[in-house]
This record gives sequence, C-alpha cells and structure tokens, in this order.
Amino acid sequence: MMAVAAIAVALQRNLFSAVVLAGIYSFLMATVLVALDAVDVAMTEASVGAGISTVLLLGALHLCGGEEAKPLARPWPPLAVALTIVAALVYGTLGLPAFSDPQAAPHTHVVPRYLEQGPKETGVPNVVTAVLASYRGYDTLGEVLVVFTAGIGVIALLRRARRRKEGKP
Amino acid sequence: MRREPVLRVVGKLLIPYMLLFALYVQFHGDFGPGGGFQAGVIAAAAVIFYALIFGLPAARRLVPETVVEAMVALGVLIYLGVGFAGLALGGNYLDYFVLDRDPVAGQHRGIFWVEVGVLVTVAGVMLKIFYVFAGRARPAGE
Amino acid sequence: MSVASHYSYWITVLLMTAGLYIVIARGNLVKKLIGLAIFQTSVYLLYIAPGKLIGGTAPIVAEAFKLYSNPLPHVLILTAIVVGVATLALGLAITVRVRETYGSIEEDEILAADRDDPDGA
Repeated sequence: MMAVAAIAVALQRNLFSAVVLAGIYSFLMATVLVALDAVDVAMTEASVGAGISTVLLLGALHLCGGEEAKPLARPWPPLAVALTIVAALVYGTLGLPAFSDPQAAPHTHVVPRYLEQGPKETGVPNVVTAVLASYRGYDTLGEVLVVFTAGIGVIALLRRARRRKEGKP
Repeated sequence: MRREPVLRVVGKLLIPYMLLFALYVQFHGDFGPGGGFQAGVIAAAAVIFYALIFGLPAARRLVPETVVEAMVALGVLIYLGVGFAGLALGGNYLDYFVLDRDPVAGQHRGIFWVEVGVLVTVAGVMLKIFYVFAGRARPAGE
Repeated sequence: MSVASHYSYWITVLLMTAGLYIVIARGNLVKKLIGLAIFQTSVYLLYIAPGKLIGGTAPIVAEAFKLYSNPLPHVLILTAIVVGVATLALGLAITVRVRETYGSIEEDEILAADRDDPDGA
C-alpha cells in the first residue's frame, strides 16, 4: 500500500493531492513501525511525518501555488536510472541477513548490555529513552542543536514581511 | 473560520486534552513510548490547531512571538546547562550520576531535565516555523 | 534465502527508488521535497526491519516479557526523523524565497530565467 501511495505521489499533478498522499504514506509507515515493535519511532513518525510535515507543506503550497507543470516529455532517462538502481540494490540486499535472525550483527555486541544494564543503571524501563537521553546524550544534544538551527534558519530566510517595494526581494 | 460553531466547540473541547496528552507523553516517556520530541510536536500541534480555528492573530495573542522565540533558545540552554551541572559537580560533561547522592536518582534527574529541554525547543521551533509560514502574504500578481 | 526472509529489504528498495525517481524526474520544487521525504522514510524502514525479532516485544523492560526487539536502531531513527523534518522546513523556506524572487517553482523556468538574466532576478 505504501508503494501505491508513493507512486501516486509521483503521478499526481495537483500538489495538494500529493501532500495528502504524502501524509497517508507517513501514517502507513507509522503503522508498519508499530508492527515492527518500534513504538517510540512510530509515535514520532506519526506526529512529525504525518502532522508537522503536512502542515508545513500546506503552508508552503499556500505561498507557492498548487499545480505542477506538465511532466517531462521523455521520462526514459530517469526511469532507466531508477531501474538500474533497483537492480543494483536488490543485488546488494541478497547478502544481508534474513529477517528476524537473532545471530545477526545488530543483536550482538552492545545491545544485550543495554537491555540488561539499562534499567538497573538509569532506573528507566524504556530502554530507548535511556539510551537516547543517557547513554547517547551527546547525540541528542546534537539533534536539539539541529532543530534549533533549522528554526533560526527559517527565521532568517523568511523574517522580512512582504511589504517591501519591487526591486528589493 | 471564526464563525463556524461546530469547529469552535470541538476545538475548545479538544485543545486542552491535546495539551494534557503532550504533558503525559513527556513525563511518561520513561515507562512507555514517548519523550521530549513527541511531546514537543504534540504541544505545538495543539497551538497550531487553535490558530487554524480561531485565526492567527488570536494565536499570536495567546502565545506571543517573543515567547516562542525565547522557547527556541531556552530549551537548548537547559540541555547545555545540565551538561555543565555535571561538570560543576565533579564528573565529565553530561554525566548524570554526579547530580545526586544516589547515582540512579541522578540519572533520573538528568534525564528529566534533558527531556524538558528537548520539549521546549522542539515545541518552540515547530510553532515558530508555522507562524512564519502562515503569517506571510502571498506574492503580488496572484 | 527466500522471498519472505528478504521481503522487507525489497520493499525498502522499491520505496527508495520511487522517492528517488520523484526527485530526479519532476521539475516542481515542492514535489521534489515530497520525494525526498518519501526517500528518507524508506530508509527508516531499512534500519528498523532488521531489528525486529519475531516473538519479541517493544524494548520497554517489564517483568512479563523476556525477548525484546533491538532498541539501538530506534534511537538512531528517532534522531533521523527529527533531522528530516528540519531539512524539510528549511527546504520549504528556500522554495518560498525562490518563488518570490523568480515567480515560479518549476526547475526549467528558473534555469531559463537565470540564463536570460544572470545578474538581476
């Protein structure tokens, strides 16, 4: 279903429909994430991807106009590139571990330690929060700084109101 | 939008619950899914919802631009402050276990304040970006 | 190796390529940004699917459960989602400015305007 939504976004010319389809895509992704036991990520993806992204895209559409021009007359070069990439990536995934293999690399090394020692050392049962805020606190600091930078970047780009005369954008 | 009674009533019913849910997600992030980012986005969404129903000037009266801009910076400062508190009390930067006599309680305190910082910055940035996009006039010649 | 064991990877590849196709084959700037968001979301799936253990549960430690899915990709992807929306916001701000300067958000019209009048706008 997500593939259907993604392809529909490509084919839509009305940008408003494309934005709504992107919201649907985000919601479907959040549902899949819950099925994969990633509850924190699903909540974030649902609120950020389907909520804030849609609001921002609609705000930008209000300022930019809602229709797309005629698509490329010759879509073959990008389509060929896309199909080549599909082939190359599928070939690459053949070497990856099978789904839900407990011996695969991500499940060894450091994760069993987090799962066992995390609640004891931090007193927080949610291992994701413990790792995010305590074991990898520096990464979260960087993330907060990225959000901050995006905020001041948008302020810097769009602060001047549109009452300027012509000749001075 | 201001005159639609259904929207206004539903909005007045829902917005307090949305804000309460944001606080719930924030503080319950230790025991269930949640944490600063989700809570910040939900809180910003509640105010955006208010702005959509009652108009941007009403939202600007409720949460003024200066407050939002202060929130954006304040969250980062809180996060950095927790790091410096760890430094001042004898550990490395962003060490939580020195924040209290019991290391586990220190971890709790550190995680709590760090998540508060994240909440404040994320809510501030999302709301500010919405204000900027919604407050801008359309280009001339439309 | 069967279809079921690698299905998640192939779906990821499909979504990734759909997003990539939108970015390179469409000229509208807002459409390109939507394609980029689709691409980023497919990468989240790429990371989280291998972390799932069948019979496991969400990584919140409780008395009743023994097997947990891997929490480490969740942490990385949480950061990635927030960074993604930050990128989208900045991209949209730039698009709005481009629209106000050039009067259009179609790539070929912008390039044509630049070719005709390289210094002014």
